[in-house]
Amino acid sequence: MSFPISYLADFDSLAGNPRIVGLAVAVVVGVAFGFVMERSGFGRAQKLVGQFYGNDLTVLKVMFTAIASAMLGAVILSDVGLLDLEAVQFNYPTFLWPMIVGGLLLGVGFVVSGYCPGTSFVATASGKLDGVATVLGVGAGSLLYAELEPRMGAFPNSGKLGAFTLAKLFHVPPAVIAAAVVVAALGSFTLAEAIERRVSGRAEASPPRPRRWVFVGLAVLTVVAIATLAFPTSATP
Amino acid sequence: MQRDPDRYWNPYLAGLALGAVLLSTYLLMGKGLGASGASFRLGVWLTNAVAPAHASAVPAMAGAMEDHHPLNDWLVFEVLGMVVGGVLAAWTSGRLRREVLKGPTFGTAGRLALAVAGGVAMGFAAKLARGCTSGQALSGGAVQSVGSWAFMLSVFAGGYAAAYLVRRQWR
Repeated sequence: MSFPISYLADFDSLAGNPRIVGLAVAVVVGVAFGFVMERSGFGRAQKLVGQFYGNDLTVLKVMFTAIASAMLGAVILSDVGLLDLEAVQFNYPTFLWPMIVGGLLLGVGFVVSGYCPGTSFVATASGKLDGVATVLGVGAGSLLYAELEPRMGAFPNSGKLGAFTLAKLFHVPPAVIAAAVVVAALGSFTLAEAIERRVSGRAEASPPRPRRWVFVGLAVLTVVAIATLAFPTSATP
Repeated sequence: MQRDPDRYWNPYLAGLALGAVLLSTYLLMGKGLGASGASFRLGVWLTNAVAPAHASAVPAMAGAMEDHHPLNDWLVFEVLGMVVGGVLAAWTSGRLRREVLKGPTFGTAGRLALAVAGGVAMGFAAKLARGCTSGQALSGGAVQSVGSWAFMLSVFAGGYAAAYLVRRQWR
C-alpha cells in the first residue's frame, strides 16, 4: 500500500529523516496521553485500586472503552488500506510464559503501590509523593531485572509465538475479533455498573446518558468494521 | 471554568479519548504508547553516570545505549510529554497538590515503603513481560496480540489476589 499515512506509520521514516520530528510527535502524543489519564482520575491511587476492591471500576471502563474503540479504528483503517495493521502487530510478539508471570507480578505490584508504571508518572505530575516513590521503585526494579536477566536462562524467551494475534488463534478476520471485544466490553460495563452500585451503595456511579451514546457509537463502529470485510484490501486471518 | 478536584471525565468518554490518542499513535509512530521503558532508560542513564563500566557489562543496559544516548528514545520523550500533560490537567482541575495518597489510619512512611516495593515488583515484571499496562496491555491488546491479552488478564488476576493483603493502606 502506498498511502502517505502508511508511509508515516513506518517509524523509521519518522525516526531517521529527521529523527527530531519523531521525538516532537512523541512529546505531543505524551501530553495528550497524560492529560486524558489525569482527567480519568488515574493520578489518584484510590481511584485506580478501587478496581481491585470493587468500589470504583473506572480502570475497567476507561481501559476497555479505549481498547475497543482503538481496535475498531485500527481494523477499519486497515481494511480500507489506510493503516498497516500487521506492521503494528509485529511490534507486539507473544512470549506467553514470561508475559503471564510478568502480568501476575505487575498486578500484585499495582495494588501494593497503588499505581501502574504509566499512572505513577501522572501521579508524580500532580504532586503525589507516593507516585514519586513508585516511579523510583519501577526504575530500580527494571535495573534489578537487567542485573538478573543473564541468570534467568531461557525463561524470558519461553512460549515464543511471534506476532500471534487473536484473529490467527480463532481463525476469523480481525473485524470479527473486534466485534467480540465490543460485546465483551459492553457486557462487562453493564456488570461493572451493577457491582459499583452494590459495593459503594451509590444510586448511579456514572450518568447514564453519555454511557448510552458511547455504547451506540461502539455498536455503529462495529457494524462498519464488519462491513469493511467486503473491501478488497481487507485482511484475511 | 470552575475547578473541582472531585470531578473527573465520564469514564466512557475518557476511554474514547484514550482510544483516539492510541489510534493516532499507531498512525503516526507505527506502534502504541508506553511508560515503563522510559523508567528503565532513566535508570540506565543514572547507572552509566555512576558506574559506566558496569552499565556496559550488563547486556540489557548496554542494549539501551547501543544506538543513541540512553535518553534519546521516543518513549522518554513521550513520558516527558505525559508529565507535562499530567501537570496541565492536574493544575486546571485543582488536583495539583503535594500529598501522600493513603487511607486516614495508615502511616505515611509505611505507605511510601509499599509504593517503592510495588514499584520494584512492577519494574521487574514490566521488563520480563516486555511492557507494562500501557505498552503491553493497552497498546498490544488493541491490536489483538495474544500475549498482550494473556498479560492483561494476569495483571487483573494478580491485583485481585493481592488486594486483600494490602487493604489496610487505603483505610
